[in-house]
This record gives sequence, structure tokens and C-alpha cells, in this order.
Amino acid sequence: MTPDILILAQEAGEQSKLAATIWDGLSLGAIYALLAMGFVIIFKATQVLNFAHGALAALGAFFVASFATIIDVPGRWMPDAPAWLTWSLAVLLALIAAAVVGMVLERLFLRPMVGEELFAVAIVTLGIDIVVRNITNDWIGTDIRPLGDPWGTNFFDLGLLRIAHTEIAQFVVSIVLVVGIALFFRSRTGIAMRATAFDQEAARAQGINVGKIFAISWAIGAVLAAVGGIFASTFPRRIGVDQATAFFAFKAFPAIILGGLDSIVGAVIGGFVIGLAEAAAGTYLEQFEFLGSGFGGVVPYIVMLIVLLVRPYGLFGTEEIRRV
Amino acid sequence: MGGGHRPAAVATTDHGGTMLEVSNLEVVYNDVILVLRGISLEVPDGQIVALLGANGAGKTTTMRAITGLLDVHEGDITKGNIIFDGVDITEKDPADIVKLGISQVMEGRRIFAELTVDENLRAGAYTNTDREKVERAYEWVMELFPPLADRRKSTAGYLSGGEQQMLAIGRALMQDPKLLILDEPSLGLAPKLVQQIRDIIVQINESGTSVLLIEQNANMALSIAHHGYIMETGKMVMDGDPEKLLKDEDVKEFYLGLHAGGERKSFRDVKHYKRRKRWLS
Repeated sequence: MTPDILILAQEAGEQSKLAATIWDGLSLGAIYALLAMGFVIIFKATQVLNFAHGALAALGAFFVASFATIIDVPGRWMPDAPAWLTWSLAVLLALIAAAVVGMVLERLFLRPMVGEELFAVAIVTLGIDIVVRNITNDWIGTDIRPLGDPWGTNFFDLGLLRIAHTEIAQFVVSIVLVVGIALFFRSRTGIAMRATAFDQEAARAQGINVGKIFAISWAIGAVLAAVGGIFASTFPRRIGVDQATAFFAFKAFPAIILGGLDSIVGAVIGGFVIGLAEAAAGTYLEQFEFLGSGFGGVVPYIVMLIVLLVRPYGLFGTEEIRRV
Repeated sequence: MGGGHRPAAVATTDHGGTMLEVSNLEVVYNDVILVLRGISLEVPDGQIVALLGANGAGKTTTMRAITGLLDVHEGDITKGNIIFDGVDITEKDPADIVKLGISQVMEGRRIFAELTVDENLRAGAYTNTDREKVERAYEWVMELFPPLADRRKSTAGYLSGGEQQMLAIGRALMQDPKLLILDEPSLGLAPKLVQQIRDIIVQINESGTSVLLIEQNANMALSIAHHGYIMETGKMVMDGDPEKLLKDEDVKEFYLGLHAGGERKSFRDVKHYKRRKRWLS
């Protein structure tokens, strides 16, 4: 080979490496964005820092695994139906279950804490995290539970990129949900939720049932967590939900803090920034042996620390976080 | 307690002509601080009733008790009851009270600053599920407050103080209330704007809504009220029609800043002011 061709080959390699890293970062970022949005909705409406969000994501993914593969509902009653239909129905059931869990948690453990200090409420959610995570892990066991999604490990090549079908699904779902949330915030209930977030007492003076708004925000938060959990447990991230899923979902926290706790836009942008940073670190820091392998997983937290030092309220957050 | 001398705009009488009746209300904060010591007041159908009093007299607490918002302030009704439109609403849920037809304009406006003008009004219409009614209320609010009509899409936090007060009143009207309670709507507004708000309250009343006007600005409130109450440290110390109250020497001295001769008093004299247990019986 002539040196020219060698350099060209190397450049092509570098380019495809860069393209693959960016794509990987974006797809990872979309998962973080989904998880972060759910967290932000709960924080905005109820002023609760929900540390159980990662656990809810894992639980949601486990619900999907349960309905789709383990107990096979509703698939077992409709043997002739196409796989995508039974899977979609299983996901629907799982999301309903996740919403119910969110509302029950809110009603049982957080409603009595209304008006208490932000800090005390956050510790309650930490307790919920431990309980939910352990129960979920107990159900999951030591296996990896596949979600049985119809996309499997299929992929196609587009120029320099290798794109998994799940990633396409993930982007479509993320965009639909972001638009859906934006529209929801303009609806009657959405306006009531924002009003409640801004001034609870004035919202009650308008006849808004604040308890109902809390329940709805937890239901939405839990559903978004579950959707994030689904994509965190499918190819190319993982091959199913296992005991590490909750920890994977926990990495959405840097995204949330980066974007600011109370900004949906911030959550989405924060998700993509963290996703890209993690992917880039995974690709380009591997060559430094002293860092060891898997350093990419640490990078989100480093980014979070730096952001906290410079802008304690996040990039898009309201400067002063009100205490209730 | 008699009715007003001015003709009421509307007088439906399936509940004896009384829109709101508060009797012997006693409210305690934090289980120990007695704020209302058995007050009674009445808002007849279609009238404007003024509730006057200095800071800390219990005016806002009275409103919170009526609208069911005592709980966030650790307040409790320990005695007495509140009858609205023939229904006992003592300790009812605020959402149910709004649905029954009581709207309030809270002290300090309390608009949703991060929402637009339109969204504030739609938040106000939350319990009003009849689309047509909401539409009509919306048109009416825009008619009452032309400045809001020009700024429908702007963020409420950027409105001027007067516009914010208009928005707060407009938001309360979106529920199509039978009774509107206003807590110090003149607070922090320029005299010209106070006049405007005053005229709008009259207009709202003329459309058939009863009004309970809580004010420190006795001049403004008594100039439009059919009946007035004066509160001090949790008790009603006086009530009567506005002409009588305006003529009263004590009201003149303590609320209008005038003394017997009609000239203004200096601050030094005010310092000697002592509260009385009961002004007249």
C-alpha cells in the first residue's frame, strides 16, 4: 500500500469512529432525556426530588419483560396475532402498571409529606428507591430478562453508521413524547399543573385539586421512567432488564442536574450532552491505559460536578429553587 | 344587621336573600393562636359588602375560612359556621367551594407569573367545564379589562402592577362566581388605578355578582359598598351602612386619618391610638 492510501484508510477509520461515537451518544442521550423528563415533571409539579426514578425505570422495564415474555399476557390468549401487536399491548399494560405504581407511591408516601422540608421529602424518595429497587431485583433474580421486543438485534448500515432498529424506535418515541408533553402543558390539566407548580395555594384558590395534579404528575413521571427503562434494557445497550438496570437509569441524574431541575428543555439538552460526553469518553479515553476501562461511565458525574460548581441551578434551571 | 339602602342589582330569594352568612366564626392558628373570636357577617344577594380593618385584624383569615384555604396556614375553624347560598361550606374542600360559586382575588394578586395572560385565565376557569360559559366569561373579562386583551400572549409576570391586579380579578371571574371575594385589591396601586379597580368592582356587582370587599382603604371601599363591617383583633367592632360609618368619629380618626375637626392628624397623635374593646353596642 502506498502511504497515501494508508492515510486515507486511517482517515476513513477516524471518520467512522467519530460518526459512530456521535450516533451512540445521541441514542444514549435520548434515553437519558426520557428519564430526565419524567424526573423534571415530578419535580416541577410537586417539588419532590425523586431519587426513586432509576428504580421506577427498572421496574417499568421489568413489567414489560413480565407481560411480554414471562407471563406472556395478552400474547397467550391471542396466538394468531402478529408479534408486534401482542408486544405493543404488553407494553401498554406495563405502562398502565407503572402509572398505577407511581400514583400509589405518591398517595401513600409523598402526600403526607406535603409542606415538609424539601430535604426530608428527598430522603423519603431515597427510601422508596431502596425498597422498589430491592423488590424489583428480587423479582428479576440473577437472570437477564429479555423484553421480547420485535426489533431484536436487527440493524442496517447507513454510510459510516450502523443503526439498530431499536434506536430508530427510540428516537421516534422520544420525539413523540417530547411533543406530547409540550402539548399536554397547554391543555387544561397541563395548565393546572404548571399553575400548581408555580403557586400551590393560588392554584387551590382557583379550585384546582392539587392532590389530583400530584397523582397525574407521578403517573406521567413513572410512565416516562418506564419508557426510558425499556430502551435502556434493549439492544444495543443491553439484552434485557437485570439488576444493573436501575444503576444505568441512575445516570440520568447528571443530565437532570446539568439541565436544571425544573426545565423540560434543559432535561432534553442535558440528556444529549451527557450521552455524547459518555460516548466520546468511551471511545477516546480508552487509549489512556491509566484510566482503566469503562471510564466513560464516570464522565457524566464529572460533567455534573463541574456544572454544579459553576452553575448550581443547572444550565436552564430557575436560579432560585423555591422551598415549600 | 340590616340590608343596604342602595337597591341591589339582583335579588333571588330561595335562601332568604342572603348569599353568604358567617356566624360566630372562631379560628385558631397552630392550635393556640386565636385569630377570629366569634365573628359574624352577612353578604346579601347582589350587594357589595366591605370588610375593613387594620393589619392583623383577621380580614384575610376570614377570607381563608370562607374559601377553605386555612389548612395550608395551619388554621382551624373551632366554632361557628359558614352558609353559602343555603349550603353549609364550613371546612369544605376549596375546590368544592369554588364549584359552588365563590371566587377569590387573593392579597398580593398571586397571578401565575410564569404563565401567559391567556393561560392564567384558563387556569381560573379550571372548575368551569362548560365551554360556552368559559367563552362568554373570557369575552366579558376582555371587555372589562381592555389592557389584557392587548397582551393575551404575554407572560403574566411582565405585566404592570395594575394589569396584574386586573388579571387576578379576571381570573376569578372566569369561574362565573355568584360571590366574589377581593382581598385588598387596591394594595400598592396608584390612586388612578384604584379608581379604575373600584369602578370595575361596581360593574361586576351590577352584572349580578355579590361582592365581599376586604380593604384597608376605607374611603374606596365605603364609597361603593351597600354595607360595611369593621374588624379589630379578631372581632367585629362595628357595622352599618356606609353613610353611617363615614360619619362616625372613630372611623374618621382611625381609618380616614381625619379627626373631629376634619383636619389631618400628625403621626405623633396616631401613636396614642389605643384599641378599644368594643366601640359601640
